[in-house]
Amino acid sequence: MSALVLRAGRLSALVERRTAVASLALVAAALLLAFAALCRGDSWDPPGEVLAALAGQGDAALIVQEWRLPRVTAALVFGAALGAAGAVFQNVTRNALGSPDVIGLDAGAYTGVLIAITVFGGTAAGLAAGSLTGGLAAAAVVYVLSLRSGLSGLRLIVIGIAVNAMMTAVNNWIVLRAQLDVAIAATGWSAGSLNGLDWAEVRVPFLIIAALGLLLAALSRTMGQAALGDEVAATSGVALKRYRLLVIITGVGLTATVTSATGPIVFVALAAPQIGRRLAGAAGTPALPAALTGALLLLAADLAAQTVLAPVQLPVGVVTTVIGGAYLTWLLTMEMRKP
Amino acid sequence: MNGRLTADDVTLAYGDRVVSADLTVDVPDRAFTAVVGANACGKSTLLRSFARLLAPAAGRVRFDGRDVRDYRPKAIAREIGFLPQGLVAPENIAVRQLVARGRYPHQTLLSTWSREDERAVAAAMKAAGVTELAERTVESLSGGQRQRVWVAMVLAQETSYLLLDEPTTFLDITHQYQLLTLLARLRDEGRTIIAVLHDINQACRFADHLIAMRDGRVVAAGAPADIVDTALIKEVFDLSCVIVPDPVTGTPMIVPDAGAE
Repeated sequence: MSALVLRAGRLSALVERRTAVASLALVAAALLLAFAALCRGDSWDPPGEVLAALAGQGDAALIVQEWRLPRVTAALVFGAALGAAGAVFQNVTRNALGSPDVIGLDAGAYTGVLIAITVFGGTAAGLAAGSLTGGLAAAAVVYVLSLRSGLSGLRLIVIGIAVNAMMTAVNNWIVLRAQLDVAIAATGWSAGSLNGLDWAEVRVPFLIIAALGLLLAALSRTMGQAALGDEVAATSGVALKRYRLLVIITGVGLTATVTSATGPIVFVALAAPQIGRRLAGAAGTPALPAALTGALLLLAADLAAQTVLAPVQLPVGVVTTVIGGAYLTWLLTMEMRKP
Repeated sequence: MNGRLTADDVTLAYGDRVVSADLTVDVPDRAFTAVVGANACGKSTLLRSFARLLAPAAGRVRFDGRDVRDYRPKAIAREIGFLPQGLVAPENIAVRQLVARGRYPHQTLLSTWSREDERAVAAAMKAAGVTELAERTVESLSGGQRQRVWVAMVLAQETSYLLLDEPTTFLDITHQYQLLTLLARLRDEGRTIIAVLHDINQACRFADHLIAMRDGRVVAAGAPADIVDTALIKEVFDLSCVIVPDPVTGTPMIVPDAGAE
């Protein structure tokens, strides 16, 4: 058997062996890389010292626990959120290109963030609300413009790419028009960065992501059913309208929450679902392998951003944009070749 | 007749384009009903309204006297299953995984693989003849095998009503007859089958009840032997023909006389 049957009382589940093994391997790899990242300061610290610091001992305790740990945790959690959001939209659009960063949702969320900063002064809650509003507005625009051709299909993607370009232009315009100090803060952020995150800044985003993650876990089986097409999904018992609304809000919420804390980080949502499903040998594009792969990808990208031009720290978004640009070009080429 | 599934005075339309107006259809229980007619006569549209995929602009589709749209989605999905045309499976899905998706309306958040699910999936794969293919991915199969896998999926749903939209279309002749025989066997086991069929002779051979449609209305409904004659075929298909008894089953067999001269 290539699947494990789990049953206890009225509870039951079927776990694919390949998916379980791949998921555990991804978790292990992410933890290993996370530990490596905790060792990364201006130079590499010895692992023994870092372990001691994690336990609260030694001179490095403050640096490791208060400076590095929030950043590493943020890379894992935000990467997972972006990967899961990517899986959501790739399922809804039934297209590997239908990822929130490609169809303008990140850029829209960032527009909301910029408006929140420039107009309302930018409290953490204000940023989150602005981000979510911007993301939902962008999703609504893309949806309305592609309504005639349905949610799946290349038309939605092309419209999304156009919306993305327009939102990015709007974002640049806001930054240009803003006060100098706001503009500088916003620009340092516009590529998406984990630099200097501390616990106070990530607490609220973590809570929101945890709640949305639970909701997505509850929706995941319906997501698989919806992947069979609208007709089979509806006649096998999926309440399609309600499901779509919930899952789109969840996906936008995940993307927007990350964007409100870090600025728009591209590529992770695009690539993680596709890499994850291949690693897991999964049917369709499920959310869990996408989330685990996303966590690993963002952490690796952030480590690269700190290391490549050290001592200069690049925003992680620069690294993901470089890799993502190449990947997107390849994916577009493959997509256009399809009959 | 008064079957459990009925369409009462329904108007079926896509936007402004009305396909059927004031259509009333009654489907006999525990029988094999075939819906036949020329292309674009509204037969698939009728089936879609039975399957809740198309809300009537007027009138009601009822199951056990209650509007099918008033049921909870999972509750009605345990009673009425539907196999549409032109399905595309998710990438990299194994046959057993796809068939298991038919169990969706029977599952809950915390029970996704009960003994009952396991039994139903195994039985459905056996009935559709795809047990040997269980571990193969759907994209690696031939068109005919794929169609049988989808049939297995809707069988695993274990509904009392089974609706199929031209299920034989991409099958070779052997598999067409295998599938129709399987549907007849399911009928014998007590299920109600409603299938849109292209081939009038297969419909006459396998169906207990025939619904012949043209331009969105029912021209005739009843047992094939009672309603099929040259006048009906002329009216429904615009085809002149002679009708002889099927040498194997004795059911009406349409032999077109076009090209005879």
